Amino acid sequence: MSAKTLYDKLWDAHVVRSEDDGTALLYIDRHLVHEVTSPQAFEGLRIAGRKPWRADSVMAVPDHNVPTTDRSAGIEDPVARLQVQTLDSNCQEFGLNEFVMSDIRQGIVHVIGPEQGATLPGMTVVCGDSHTSTHGAFGALAFGIGTSEVEHVLATQCLLQNKSKNMLVSVDGKAADGVTAKDIVLAIIGELGTAGGTGYAIEFGGEAIHALSMEGRMTVCNMAIEAGARAGMVAVDATTIDYVKGRPYAPKAKLWDQAVAEWQDLHSDAGAKFDKTIHLDAAAIRPQVTWGTSPEMVVAIDDVVPDPDQESDSVKAEGMRKALTYMDLKAGTPIKDIAVDKVFIGSCTNSRIEDLRAAAKVAAGKQVAANVKLAMVVPGSGLVKQQAEKEGLDKIFLAAGFEWREPGCSMCLAMNADRLEPGERCASTSNRNFEGRQGAGGRTHLVSPAMAAAAAIAGHFADID
Amino acid sequence: MQAFTQHTGIVAPMDRANVDTDAIIPKQFLKSIKRTGFGPNAFDDWRYLDKGGPDIDNATRRANPDFVLNQPPFDKATILVARENFGCGSSREHAVWALEDFGFRAVLAPSFADIFFNNSFKNGLLPMVLDAETIDFIFKAIAQKPGFEITIDLETQTLTMEGYALVKFEVDAFRKHCLLHGLDDIALTLQHADEIKAYEKKRSQETPWLF
Repeated sequence: MSAKTLYDKLWDAHVVRSEDDGTALLYIDRHLVHEVTSPQAFEGLRIAGRKPWRADSVMAVPDHNVPTTDRSAGIEDPVARLQVQTLDSNCQEFGLNEFVMSDIRQGIVHVIGPEQGATLPGMTVVCGDSHTSTHGAFGALAFGIGTSEVEHVLATQCLLQNKSKNMLVSVDGKAADGVTAKDIVLAIIGELGTAGGTGYAIEFGGEAIHALSMEGRMTVCNMAIEAGARAGMVAVDATTIDYVKGRPYAPKAKLWDQAVAEWQDLHSDAGAKFDKTIHLDAAAIRPQVTWGTSPEMVVAIDDVVPDPDQESDSVKAEGMRKALTYMDLKAGTPIKDIAVDKVFIGSCTNSRIEDLRAAAKVAAGKQVAANVKLAMVVPGSGLVKQQAEKEGLDKIFLAAGFEWREPGCSMCLAMNADRLEPGERCASTSNRNFEGRQGAGGRTHLVSPAMAAAAAIAGHFADID
Repeated sequence: MQAFTQHTGIVAPMDRANVDTDAIIPKQFLKSIKRTGFGPNAFDDWRYLDKGGPDIDNATRRANPDFVLNQPPFDKATILVARENFGCGSSREHAVWALEDFGFRAVLAPSFADIFFNNSFKNGLLPMVLDAETIDFIFKAIAQKPGFEITIDLETQTLTMEGYALVKFEVDAFRKHCLLHGLDDIALTLQHADEIKAYEKKRSQETPWLF
């Protein structure tokens, strides 16, 4: 048998049937559902008189719209409230497992799947959310889908798919202290470009990737989509298995042993063929800060805002000029001279316990700078929040002048009340710096949790010691 | 789904790369539980000078006169042309619904983001990948003659426009079939229900922890 990549193995194990033109009907093991991209799918089921094919494959949670302040009064915004209520009633009607807003297990869909052990190695995982690539960290094939596909999976447990090409991104050697998973993935996107991964499934490998915790691997896979790849993944190793063991939805006893034996094969075979391979030297990666309106517009903390006149590609140069105007930045400005108005630590990219620990370490015993109007920490789930409080991280943040909030997507996309006002500049641990992403006219700089905390303390971007 | 067979229409130019789905339909409009009504808020941040929201009547807002889709004849455009990586970012199908609701039937670009590309086909919006030279020609043709029209024929996979040779475009056979006939692909998949059940039976023996 010929050598296979991890993606080939995951793909082959899930093909129900293939059409002559190469389209495959792919079986889906886990379907994660949230309130924003599902109501029209449930409505479609009702209109056609269809039922979910496999209700037990679904895990639902409201996350995009939920308030991060006191929730005892419910959601103030009537439109957002209706959307969350619609998810609740759809899950009741169709008999689906949902962690409602008041449940301690509620949180960002891409945080709670792994946290609950609902994401397992070898699975196919989909969700009506582009950051579903996060779950690939477990040696799973995970990708975001649109609402029509949400309906298709609900009704048939399958998706019609064309196989992507294989790409290996190998981050070789050891990363320096203070260089986190976020810096690694931003550096990868800087190298590949926002469309460099389009049409590919990316496997992240190399020493620096395997040295990462599961939280770190999730951060890297989360942002595969920002390089254009629907799916990102990391091979299974002991780190993966240790993380999954004992989680509520993970297999137990004899089934656990059987599963672990099966998962040993979830890596690319020696000699497997990739359509494209890129190598990055981990030691050369510095803490990263985006300066523009696309995640590929990224430089190191000790660098300056780049000059469009130095760019030979005219479409790219024009994009850079538009970005500089929108971001109100001048070419040549040192990144460390850029002052911030708000700081957001959270999102499906960086709201797990390790992220909060890294930010708290920087904030401990310090004070948020006077020019920073708001510095907020939004844990990824109720359980992350509980763990952080057990470790006293909430006290550290509060003493330093940060706000300590309830879990949800929050200011990553600003669907709830947490947002930037026009012209405000934010150091954010989220994943997209698009125009208006965090609020119309808002200016986003993507960074790691430690770098976000450092910016909050200094009042401008600063290197972490 | 609305079928797509042949279409002739005015082309609107959007001379940008990486037009993302947050730009196509900003987040505040995603709170709707319906599939319709997104058109008036397509490209909302670029299209209006003042703030918008689901509870704000667009008729009371000032349109941005510099935005291409506010300018005749492009306010009647049914085809959009843009640069690389159109539709990147969020998986929101609302972006496709907004373009359709505005009146677009096709988007022409050198490349598309994968999820947007998929979502388009599910809704009768044709995303067409054209080489950079053809895209450049279209931008130039519109600059010379606003109101420049293109005819798209899906059956023959051709694009016809004045001053340029007939263009053949690629489209996946299955997607073409569904689009031409406006087919519901759930019904097509359910024709294979026995195969799905057989797969489940086999997999539940091999990997019982997944069932």
